[in-house]
Amino acid sequence: MTGTMKWRYRKQKIFFGGVRLAALTLTAALGGLLFFIFINGFQAISWEFLTQPPRDSMTKGGIMPAILGTIYLTVGAIAVALPLGVMAAVYLTEYAQQGRIVRAIRVGVNCLAGVPSVVFGLFGLGFFVVFLQFGSSILSGALTLGILILPTIIGASEEALKAVPQTFREASLALGVSKWLTIWKIVLPNALPGILTGSILGIGRAAGETAPIMFTAAAFFTAKLPGSVFDEVMALPYHVYVLATAGTYIEQTRPLQYGTILVLVALVLGIDLIAIIIRGYMRRKKRW
Amino acid sequence: MVTLARHDNGSTIIKTSGINFYYGSFQALTDITMDFDRHRVTALIGPSGCGKSTLLRLLNRMNDLIDGARVGGEVLFEGMNIYAPEVDPVEVRRRIGMVFQKPNPFPKSIFNNIVYGPRLAGVAAKADLEALAEQSLRQAVLWDEVKDILGRSAMTLSGGQQQRLCIARALAMKPDVLLMDEPTSALDPISTAKIEELIDELKKTYTIIIVTHNMQQAARVSDTTGFFYLGRLIEYNATEKIFTNPDVKQTEDYITGRFG
Repeated sequence: MTGTMKWRYRKQKIFFGGVRLAALTLTAALGGLLFFIFINGFQAISWEFLTQPPRDSMTKGGIMPAILGTIYLTVGAIAVALPLGVMAAVYLTEYAQQGRIVRAIRVGVNCLAGVPSVVFGLFGLGFFVVFLQFGSSILSGALTLGILILPTIIGASEEALKAVPQTFREASLALGVSKWLTIWKIVLPNALPGILTGSILGIGRAAGETAPIMFTAAAFFTAKLPGSVFDEVMALPYHVYVLATAGTYIEQTRPLQYGTILVLVALVLGIDLIAIIIRGYMRRKKRW
Repeated sequence: MVTLARHDNGSTIIKTSGINFYYGSFQALTDITMDFDRHRVTALIGPSGCGKSTLLRLLNRMNDLIDGARVGGEVLFEGMNIYAPEVDPVEVRRRIGMVFQKPNPFPKSIFNNIVYGPRLAGVAAKADLEALAEQSLRQAVLWDEVKDILGRSAMTLSGGQQQRLCIARALAMKPDVLLMDEPTSALDPISTAKIEELIDELKKTYTIIIVTHNMQQAARVSDTTGFFYLGRLIEYNATEKIFTNPDVKQTEDYITGRFG
């Protein structure tokens, strides 16, 4: 083998090594993060922690109201964003004539995705809480989070709709089925697994964000569980935030903070898992 | 263009007059005027890009789906211009069905593929749908192969079976005309032979217009053949005449393989 060839092989090895290292670093970072949360948090986890409200200035008791609150807010956000996002994506991919207006809408959606979450929080405060007089409530929080994850859902839905083979649309239209029914009966059902995949990202984001709910929904402590969508709720990310920065006993509540984070991560993974199972089930049914 | 006098025993079902078709600024068809006879098989042949598929898709307004497409002239279906503003393309497509180049069954069961169109057109009774499915599958000579597996996904069928399923699906709408866009180009010779036999059987009930790249196929299945070149109808004649003694030199050159 000549010297140049050897050098080329060495270069290739170095390059592959670098790529592998990058992948490993990523995995290690994620693994390390989860490990750290688990090690610090699992001691706090108990039946009481999961089912009781906080006691003694947050230093004892559990986080049940915050778990419930986060579930309400996340489900609410999805309920707002999924139909709206899918409808917007259907318009953009199936109906709108591709041109300047559609491009402008897409740029708008992408910009929305890049807006810092605290801006959504302020918008929610100004619009839902004050202007529409929903007050600081589950409704305001869910709407704010819904807008926050809208770009994710629109983007995922657009990709999923585009992935449905054009031949399905043609086959349906050629049978004298209207465009609307073709979308409803053929395109959407086949795009649904993809739409759900994208929505998983949105779910994680909605559950984990603090800034948007800070002004719109979250309470430091509620004596009662929420009775309607117009009530304030506790929420996991906000609970961690107040315990870690604003509580009276920051050091004593440290294990509770880690425990809360562990519950939050588990909750998000749990919701993801449900979405993945639904998706897997639908994929098995629809294959092309 | 040379057009032979039509056979007396067939009345015209579709008539195009002065069709010009543009994709953006590109003119894909120029001044196409031709009559299609009822209960006959008409083949459209010509080299790739000659406009034959474009014309086929014009006949049930499938070209509506293309951005920037423009149609000039008239397509008269039983005397009614299907491009008139008051005409609903959905209605046109119910009466003029289409089978595509690649089999395109829906990812549904065999049964649900067949009844998809009729169901959305308002046929609701289960017994009616079942009867329709059997009738359509029998017409497409697929019934004996699938009668015990109607609930199975259509995607599990072979390519040839899938294409016959697509034909059955189109027939379930009880159309008057069946447009076929190179229906056997993705199939093996045995499946192709089955489809060709089927076409022969179907023309008793339906009018069939078929685009094909395969000249032997055109010669085997059709009664009339139109030869297209560069967006123009060069010759439209009885199939036998086209393949034995065409009137136009260009047609002869093409069918003898001198170009194309």
